[in-house]
Amino acid sequence: MYDGADRLAVVFARRLRAEEMAVPTGSVVLFVSALSELDPVDRDSLYWAGRAVLVKRPEDIDTFDRVFRSVWLHQPPAARLAATAAAETVGDYPEPETEDDAVQPSRAPTTVVRYSRVEVLRSKDFGEYTAADFADAQRLMAVLRATAALRRSRRRRPAKRGRHSQPDIRTTVRRALRTGGEPIRRAWYAPTLQPRRLVLLCDVSGSMAPYSRALLRFMHAAVVGRRRVEAFTMGTRLTRLTRELLSRDPDQALRRAGAVVPDWSGGTRLGLTLRDYNDAWGMQGMSRGAVVVILSDGWERGDPAVIADQMARLSRVAHKVVWVNPLKASPGYAPLARGMAAALPYIDEFTEGHNLNALDDLLGVIS
Amino acid sequence: MTTDAVRQLRADLARFGYLADEGLATAIHLAVRLRRPLLLEGEAGAGKTEVAKTLARLSGAKLLRLQCYEGIDVSQAVYEWDYARQLLHLKAAETSGAEAVVAAEDELFSERFLVRRPLLQALDNRDGPPPVLLIDEIDRADDEFEAFLLEILSDFAVTVPELGTFAADVPPHVILTSNRTRDLHDALKRRCLYHWVDHPSLDREVAIVRLRVPEASERLARRVAAAVEGLRGLDLYKPPGVAETIDWARALAELGEQELVHIDIEHTLGWVLKYREDIERAKAAGLDSLFRVADDDV
Repeated sequence: MYDGADRLAVVFARRLRAEEMAVPTGSVVLFVSALSELDPVDRDSLYWAGRAVLVKRPEDIDTFDRVFRSVWLHQPPAARLAATAAAETVGDYPEPETEDDAVQPSRAPTTVVRYSRVEVLRSKDFGEYTAADFADAQRLMAVLRATAALRRSRRRRPAKRGRHSQPDIRTTVRRALRTGGEPIRRAWYAPTLQPRRLVLLCDVSGSMAPYSRALLRFMHAAVVGRRRVEAFTMGTRLTRLTRELLSRDPDQALRRAGAVVPDWSGGTRLGLTLRDYNDAWGMQGMSRGAVVVILSDGWERGDPAVIADQMARLSRVAHKVVWVNPLKASPGYAPLARGMAAALPYIDEFTEGHNLNALDDLLGVIS
Repeated sequence: MTTDAVRQLRADLARFGYLADEGLATAIHLAVRLRRPLLLEGEAGAGKTEVAKTLARLSGAKLLRLQCYEGIDVSQAVYEWDYARQLLHLKAAETSGAEAVVAAEDELFSERFLVRRPLLQALDNRDGPPPVLLIDEIDRADDEFEAFLLEILSDFAVTVPELGTFAADVPPHVILTSNRTRDLHDALKRRCLYHWVDHPSLDREVAIVRLRVPEASERLARRVAAAVEGLRGLDLYKPPGVAETIDWARALAELGEQELVHIDIEHTLGWVLKYREDIERAKAAGLDSLFRVADDDV
C-alpha cells in the first residue's frame, strides 16, 4: 500500500459526508485496514472495498459512485450540482402571502393557544390556513398520537391463567426445581399485543397543495409519536420520508423533507407511484398486516386501471386500507375523480382530512 | 485487474458451485480477513443465503443457521436449559436419598443440561475451523433482538448466568441477510460490511445455470437465462431471481428439453413467475418477444 492512504481515506470520507452520506469514523479506520488487505490496490479493488465498507444502503450507491469518480478519478461532479439546485428550488416551501400574515399575533413569543382559538383552528379547513395558523396547529398536532390497531405478536409475557394463556413449561419447571421437582406453582404466558405498522402515503401533487403542507406536519407527528410508522410522499415519483421526519424538531424535519422531495406541487402519477411503493416496499413486507393510509384527492391523469390494479394488490396484503380525501368534506362531494372512483372498491375506510378534527377522527379509524 | 486473493476466492467459490462477481467476492474476502460480519441485502432469490452455505463448504466449516422471526429471543437463539431432563435427574436422585438430591441439585445447571442454540454453538466452537454463522432475514426479528445481536457481534462473547461467559477464541464468520422490510439500526450496520446482491449479467447467469444444473445443455442454459432476462425487462411485480432461473432450467432439463420452444414456455411459466398478473403480462407482451432476445444471443 502506498503512503498517505489513511489521509486519502479521510478526505474521501469527508467528501462522502458532504454529500449527506453517514460515514462514521470507525468505517474510515476499517476502510484503511481493508486497503492493506488488498495488495496491490488497483482501481477496482479500491472501489469494491469502499462499497463494502462505507456504503450501508443501496440508496447511497449513486452518491458513492459520484464521489468516487471525483476523488479518485478526478472527474468533476457536474451532475450533482445540477440536481441539488433543482431540488432546492422546487423543495422550498413558498409562504402563502395572505393579509393575516401582516398581523401575525401568534409569532410573538406567546406559547399559549387560547381555547377559543383552538376550537376555531380545529375546524378550520387546512386550505384556508395562514402561516400563523400553521404555527399553532403544530402544537396541536404534536399531541396527536397515532395508535394503530393491535395484533398478537409472537413475543410472550407472563400472565395469569386465562383464555389466551398457555402453560409456561420453562418457568414452571424452574420453580419446581426449588420444591424438589414438584410443580406446585404453575406458570402461564400469553402473547403480547403489538401495534401494527402504520404506513402513510401522502399525495403532494399540485391539486393537493392547500393540504399537503398540513398533512406533512401530521405525518411528522405520527412518525415521531411512536415506532413502526413509515411515511412516503407521492407526486410524479415516490419518496420515502421516514428518515427525514424522524427529527423531533418539526422545523428541521420539514426542512429536510423539503430538500429530498423533488416534486412538491408538481404533476401527479398516482397509479404509478402507488405501483412503485408496492414494488419497492409494500410487497417486500412493509404493507403486510399493516394499516396503510393514503392521503390524496384521488386526482389522476393517467390510466385509472393502474390505480385499481395497485389498490387491489395493496388491499390483499394490508390489514386495513384507509383513504383520506380532504375534498370529501366539501358539500355535494362525490368521488368522481377517476382515480378515486377506481380505488373505492379496495378501501376499508374512506374519511376526510381537511382539518384537525378530521385528522383526530382519522386516528380513531386507524386504531 | 483484481487483487490475487480476491481472484483466488472467486475461483474457490466457483469450485463449490457459487459464481460471485468481483464486488461480492471482495466483500467476502474483506469480511473474512477483517473478521467483520457481512450484511447482504438484495431481492429475494438473488443468492444471499447461498453465500453462507458455499463459504461453509469451502472452508470445511460447520454452517450454523439462525432463521429470524418476530419474537425470537435468547432461548431460541442462544441457549435454553433442558428442563425435562433436569426434572428427571432430580426425580432419579430422590429415590436414592437426601444426599443424592443435594448432589443432583448442584449438577442441574451444568453444561450437561444446556441446550445450545446456533449463536452459542458458533461462539463455543472448540474444534475445526471457525464456523460460518448465517443470521437469515434479520429484518424479521424485532428491534430488541437486533440490539442484543449487536452486542454479540461486537464482543463475540455471550454470558450464561449460571455458567459464565462463553467467548470465541476465533470468531465465527458471520453472514447476515435482510430483505429490507424495515431499516436495520445504523449501529448494527456500522459493525458490518455491506453488499447489495444484484441480478447477475446474462453471461454469468448462463454460467450459473451450467454450474448448478449440469444436466442442462449449453443451448438450454443460454435460452433460459436469456428468456429470464427478457422477463426481467417486462416490468413485472416480481421479476424472477437467479433461484427461479435455476429451478426453471432444472425443470426443463427434467422434462428432457434440449432447448426452449414456445409451447414449453407457456406450460412451465409457473416456475419463474409467481403472480397471475405477471404470467398474463408475459403472455400479453408476447412470448415470442422473449425468444427474439434469446435468439439474438444464441
